[in-house]
Amino acid sequence: MAPVAPRSGDAIFANIERVNAELFTLTYGAIVRQLLTDLEEVEEVNKQLEQMGYNIGIRLIDEFLAKSNVSRCVDFRETADVIAKVGFKMFLGVTASVSNWDAEGTCCSIILEDNPLVDFVELPDTCQGLYYCNMLSGVIRGALEMVSMKTEVTWIRDVLRGDDVKLLKQVPEEYPYKDDECFMLKKIKISKHLFKDT
Amino acid sequence: MIGVGKIKQYTNVLDKPLTKGKQEVSLSAFAFLFSELVQYNQTQVDNIGELERRLEDAGYAVGARVLELLCHRDKGNRRETRLLGILSFVHSTVWKVLFGKVADSLEKGTEHEDEYMISEKELLVNRFISIPKDMGTFNCGAFVAGIVRGVLDGAGFPAVVTAHFVPVEGQQRPRTTILIKFAEEVLHREARLG
Repeated sequence: MAPVAPRSGDAIFANIERVNAELFTLTYGAIVRQLLTDLEEVEEVNKQLEQMGYNIGIRLIDEFLAKSNVSRCVDFRETADVIAKVGFKMFLGVTASVSNWDAEGTCCSIILEDNPLVDFVELPDTCQGLYYCNMLSGVIRGALEMVSMKTEVTWIRDVLRGDDVKLLKQVPEEYPYKDDECFMLKKIKISKHLFKDT
Repeated sequence: MIGVGKIKQYTNVLDKPLTKGKQEVSLSAFAFLFSELVQYNQTQVDNIGELERRLEDAGYAVGARVLELLCHRDKGNRRETRLLGILSFVHSTVWKVLFGKVADSLEKGTEHEDEYMISEKELLVNRFISIPKDMGTFNCGAFVAGIVRGVLDGAGFPAVVTAHFVPVEGQQRPRTTILIKFAEEVLHREARLG
């Protein structure tokens, strides 16, 4: 069941103020570079990126809900759809797609074809364990936690690591009902495809 | 959809075609990212000078890359060799690409020969930032100062670049000025070139 009259991602994106994606990309690269210099351990950098993403996510959700007018999602499928179609479009200007639902409807893959974070990026051999876009997983986890959904977001495949497809998977743990205080964790793995048409 | 259309996988990032630079992200996404950058750096330093320096270093990396990108894409691999040329490149082209508009003004310093100022009523990076009183003269525009320093350094015009708040009468928020102080060798070279 679709939410009542939410604004589409395109409509919102057209109405908000925008900045050049390259400034965004380069600033993100500067952040990752600073983290690598400070922390030196790739695992630590991954964790720190996720934490920073989490901090962003818990504030981003307010803006998202305010601007997008989506009503409460009925189930997790809808949530994932809204994230992919409206959320990504609204903030990053790209649309994602959802696939690979498991039997219970608690685990799915979100596929990003175009990721502004990784323009111009190549991972050196010393950083092969780095999840360069780990901030995105943190953002999603933080945002969903604020709406009472504990999730785990992991990267399945990443084009920067040499796989030909980038995948983020979201596995949400139980979706809570309105009056329910407790919730179960769902795992989310996000998939990101990077396709280039000539 | 997956599998539809021709798929070309690039193994080397240098083989990928260069983007046209028209893609955009939301201002809030950038603002969130920048605030995380500042917050992270706050945890790593003890004083404001260090914080400004770290922001500037982050900006320096951005500036160096912006110079390469713009020279290749917009200027056909020609580079500026004259002082005024590079200043107007920063003031117009770089500002337009990064912030969507040319900088408000470019002025020559009256007191010193080697000083120039780029002014902006409200820097994009400072829009959602308020500085607490106890941080004194700290300005997150240090990031933009770093970008400018990166561009100038990469182009062969070493300089010291700082960001300052300049209070303006009649306005609640002060103007931001990026002060550029060129190294001596730049001025010597400029004088030689006539």
